[in-house]
Amino acid sequence: MSSFADELLILVMLINLVMLGTSRLIFSIRAVAVQGVILGILPGLIHPFSGHLAAITIGIILTKGIVIPYLISDAIRKAQIRREVEPFIGYVPTLLIGALFTAISFAFADKLPLAPEHQDLLFVPASIATLLTGFLILTTRRKAISMVIGYLVLENGIFVFGLLLTEAMPVMIEAGALLYLLVGIFVMGIVINHISREFSSIDTSRLRTLKEE
Amino acid sequence: MLFTLVLLPLFGALLAWIVPNNRLRPLILPVVATVHLVLTALLLGNAPPPSPGGWIWLDPLGKVVLLCVSLLFAVCSFYAVGYLSYRQERSNRVLCLGLLVCLSAMGMVTMTQHLGLLWVALETTTVAMAPLIYFNRNARSIEATWKYLMLCSVGIGLALLGLLFLAYSTYVAHHDATLLLGTLLRSARDLNPGWLHAAVIFLLVGYGSKMGLAPLHAWKPDAYGEAPGLVGALLAGGLVNCAFLSILRVYQICLASGLEIRFFQQALLVMGLLSMALAAVFMARQADFKRMLAYSSVEHMGILAIGLGLGKGALYGALFHLLNNGLTKGVLFLSSANIHRSYSNKTTNVVKGVLTRLPWSGGLFLAGFIAITGSPPFSPFISEYTIVSSAFIDGHHLVGGLFLLFLGIVFIGMTLTVLPMVMGAPPVDVEPTDYQDRLLTVGPPLFMMVVILVLGVWPPEFLVTLLKDGAAMLEVHP
Repeated sequence: MSSFADELLILVMLINLVMLGTSRLIFSIRAVAVQGVILGILPGLIHPFSGHLAAITIGIILTKGIVIPYLISDAIRKAQIRREVEPFIGYVPTLLIGALFTAISFAFADKLPLAPEHQDLLFVPASIATLLTGFLILTTRRKAISMVIGYLVLENGIFVFGLLLTEAMPVMIEAGALLYLLVGIFVMGIVINHISREFSSIDTSRLRTLKEE
Repeated sequence: MLFTLVLLPLFGALLAWIVPNNRLRPLILPVVATVHLVLTALLLGNAPPPSPGGWIWLDPLGKVVLLCVSLLFAVCSFYAVGYLSYRQERSNRVLCLGLLVCLSAMGMVTMTQHLGLLWVALETTTVAMAPLIYFNRNARSIEATWKYLMLCSVGIGLALLGLLFLAYSTYVAHHDATLLLGTLLRSARDLNPGWLHAAVIFLLVGYGSKMGLAPLHAWKPDAYGEAPGLVGALLAGGLVNCAFLSILRVYQICLASGLEIRFFQQALLVMGLLSMALAAVFMARQADFKRMLAYSSVEHMGILAIGLGLGKGALYGALFHLLNNGLTKGVLFLSSANIHRSYSNKTTNVVKGVLTRLPWSGGLFLAGFIAITGSPPFSPFISEYTIVSSAFIDGHHLVGGLFLLFLGIVFIGMTLTVLPMVMGAPPVDVEPTDYQDRLLTVGPPLFMMVVILVLGVWPPEFLVTLLKDGAAMLEVHP
């Protein structure tokens, strides 16, 4: 089973690169949703079945796979935009940086010894690579929606690692984290709505009134 | 009684949601805050023992933060009634609701011993504060809200990864992942150094950005500059202290692990000095007096970090400074909000002669400035003096010297902004708004100023004991 988990983790890392290379926002949102669903399936592959596990799986798939993508596409519809127009750094360079980050995360993972039963699993590199991809999207894209997507990718990266611990952690914390993510995205959606009304655009590079002279 | 501290504000929040009248609604704040303060006072004297599972325990460190938060909130709640009577043109439902939810979550932060629960509570404060920064509903405040939300969300996300690393290190060590502080402290020596190190770095970056330590402070000037004064006061004296408490928890774990503490102290010293240096640079010739206060907050977070980084005698100073800085920032933010209201402007090009137009608010702002720059007889002087003298006693001459240098530059920078503002004649071409100093807008900061003076001249016995107990928790190996 664990080799299947590794294949899914590689898929997560490939989705990262896909997201770095595309300008179509709807496509990015779908990719992030697929990542969320994979995150929901993973705990079932490495931990024995239990009620707690089932609840986690359903919770993750529901929030990350369905509700959050729906909230973001709703924000896109309201703001009437389709594409990330001109990122601060082009798509090909970010793709290359993304590949470099993935390589670095493999090197980094070597320094952190996993418990014997998790040996040979790619959770740590997948987690760090996804986290760094999220950072890259956050820092290089202009549109507020792209930044929210970047934040989601970053959170996915954190969750990938958290999945190793699903058995050992109390449900409350996971539920809290998921709920927080949901509320956070909801509030960000509202803020985006206000930004587009206030500036007639959701280009965050226009948000520069508050600068030090 | 501890749970009342969390549930009471939530009940108040529910009430604020239901009450339809915009004039009556703010009255919920002082009622809840007064009961909260009384409960806090009772708990400080006689705290219940740790809960059976070890999740809930109001320890001395939590008590210090709880005291600061509760006192500051009580003062701000009375001020809010006065302030909101001037802002009847817009609904204050979200503001009251957010403040009360935040108070509840801050109470949770102070009393929990489970790092995961602490994280969730800290998260809640972040989200609850976001709509409050946007209270003025204009382009500038939405920009500030956006930056605050993105940076703090990312920061707190990194802290979560740090927590997961920490939990995994306990899993590697004895196959039972836990985030309970008590268990972590007992088993800290067995943890894998690699995992622990990674966890500490992520936690420092995550909670550091919430606390606003340089170079992770980018959201601070904008959020403090655009939020209403009382929200600024609670951000600078409440939320930031809750984030500092989280850093203290990490410090406890590093201390128990033995090796990690050296790295953590070094990192805190570097970030602390950087915060002070950066604040000193940006505070010079700062025309916007609310942004100036934000940089002052960055500076004082730096002082707290340095106190923690130095350890030993400076720990007492750091804990005392947490309280002093929170209360003094309250005075400054509330009085600056009054000035802002009267001039409808917050740049020093327009705002002049405040002492003539608003003698009370101007006087309080001036007194707050004197206190925050560390002049006797106010209490920030005592805490800053404790930290700097401990630096020299322990042989950290470079740190102590830089500390004094930056304090000096900050003092000059702030003087250049504050003195022209409060002195001189008010501008003739700027019509005063209908704002006038009244009991409810001047009384609360005045009360806080008196508290700061009393703490500086004659610190009460129970507080000294409490601070000593807190500092002891950060010194002795458990």
